[in-house]
Amino acid sequence: MKYLLLIHQGDTPTPRDPEAWARLSEEEQNAIYAEYRALRETPGVTPGVGMAPPEAATTVRVEDGRTLRTDGPFAAMKEALGGYLFYEADDLDAAIAFAARIPAARLGGAVEVRPTQEW
Amino acid sequence: MIAASTPTPVDAAFRDHWGRVLAALIGFLGDFELAEEAAQEAFAIAAERWPRDGVPDHPTAWLLTTARNRAINRIRRERVLTEKLRLLDVAEAGDTTPADADAVEIPDERLELIFTCCHPALATEAQVALTLRTLGGLTTEQIAHAFLVPKPTMAQRLVRAKRKIKAAAIPFRVPDGDTLGERLAGVLAVVYLIFNQGYSDPSAHGELATEAIRLGRALAELLPDEPEVHGLLALMVLHDARRDARFRDGELVLLADQDRALWDKARLASGHALLEGALARGGRGPYVIQAAIAALHAEDPPGWPQLAALYGELARLTDSPVVELNRAIAVAEGGDPRAALALADALPLEDFHYLHATRGELLRRLGRTRAARDAYRRALQLVHDDAERRLLEGRLAELG
Repeated sequence: MKYLLLIHQGDTPTPRDPEAWARLSEEEQNAIYAEYRALRETPGVTPGVGMAPPEAATTVRVEDGRTLRTDGPFAAMKEALGGYLFYEADDLDAAIAFAARIPAARLGGAVEVRPTQEW
Repeated sequence: MIAASTPTPVDAAFRDHWGRVLAALIGFLGDFELAEEAAQEAFAIAAERWPRDGVPDHPTAWLLTTARNRAINRIRRERVLTEKLRLLDVAEAGDTTPADADAVEIPDERLELIFTCCHPALATEAQVALTLRTLGGLTTEQIAHAFLVPKPTMAQRLVRAKRKIKAAAIPFRVPDGDTLGERLAGVLAVVYLIFNQGYSDPSAHGELATEAIRLGRALAELLPDEPEVHGLLALMVLHDARRDARFRDGELVLLADQDRALWDKARLASGHALLEGALARGGRGPYVIQAAIAALHAEDPPGWPQLAALYGELARLTDSPVVELNRAIAVAEGGDPRAALALADALPLEDFHYLHATRGELLRRLGRTRAARDAYRRALQLVHDDAERRLLEGRLAELG
């Protein structure tokens, strides 16, 4: 089964927020980079494309034929999607075990494990 | 579908075999909804034929083979599902009456089934409903009634849970070493929740308590080496032995005021034996300790110092201020209401009616009537359960 893992950064310190990122030691920062690299190279993983921060998002709705544009992501900024990847696993337990290794899951964010569907 | 006033051979078979047949079908088909439909068909055919032709020698095998053949034929009929059939790799299924049912080896996959139903990726209320439906064989209507929700709500809860199991590939598997302990705790919590739902009601839902004990027995049989499983079973049996004494004319009767003649002595003895078994297996977990506490409470007089020590141990394991409150009560019963009051006053349970009811009782014993009255009044503001409310009103009235 192929799962889509949606990474929500929440309060996770990232290099996009230099102040928060600087609160981590260099060792911790390097460990996080190394962990993401290892995750991307795990068999069964299809990495997602990189995403610009949610601040760069525009949300589009169409009402009565008019296109409405709203600045920002559909979800609240903190709940916005920060990244994603695909993971091919035997079952949900294996996908959950993989999701738990994503640094954001323990640093103040969360990972949504969503099964994909074939049409 | 549960045995009515005159149980037929099919009713008995239903209670005994439903969980086992359904578990084996799910293991074979990998699909909850298909398995459940096929099992229902097989039991309906049995209801028609067994009274006429007699009960087969191996009823479980008969039911399973019949259901399996029905499922296979259904898959064949539904062209969109032909892909599944290739996966099943089975020959054409014959008539629905299995001639060779005796020869069929039936795997017992109830443990796989209960771990799937109690998977932490499902909401607790869905875990409870699914466990009662699949292993207990309760109807959607019975479950809805027991949990006081409308039938369509419960039906939808069950359908959603079954679909999630399929869509997300929740495994049909007993967890291995590393995760077994944590997952087993989840399963036991679901069984105990079912028990308590049945136990807390004087009339309508006693059946749930019985069902939880059935589940507990099945678990003890399937996981004979797990002390906590035996501990939970002991705990439920010990509580259940006092069931008839817990309510008098619809009013809740506290343990100390219960008519001991109404206690089921044989069941208490069986609960003690189960507790001994759990202790012999090295059990020191929360259910074993709770069972030991329940056993001590049944003694006359109860061993209060031991009870206080056991509550202390349980509070350490569970980090629960409610358990600490019970320790305070044991300390008071052991003859030291002043120390008990000090313990109770330190607990962060300001919104919990039992805290105030307990303080009321302790203050009364210490002769502080005015403060006792205030405590009972505070408890009355917080209590929801009618039986408990009447009890508190009685206590308050006694203070004059």
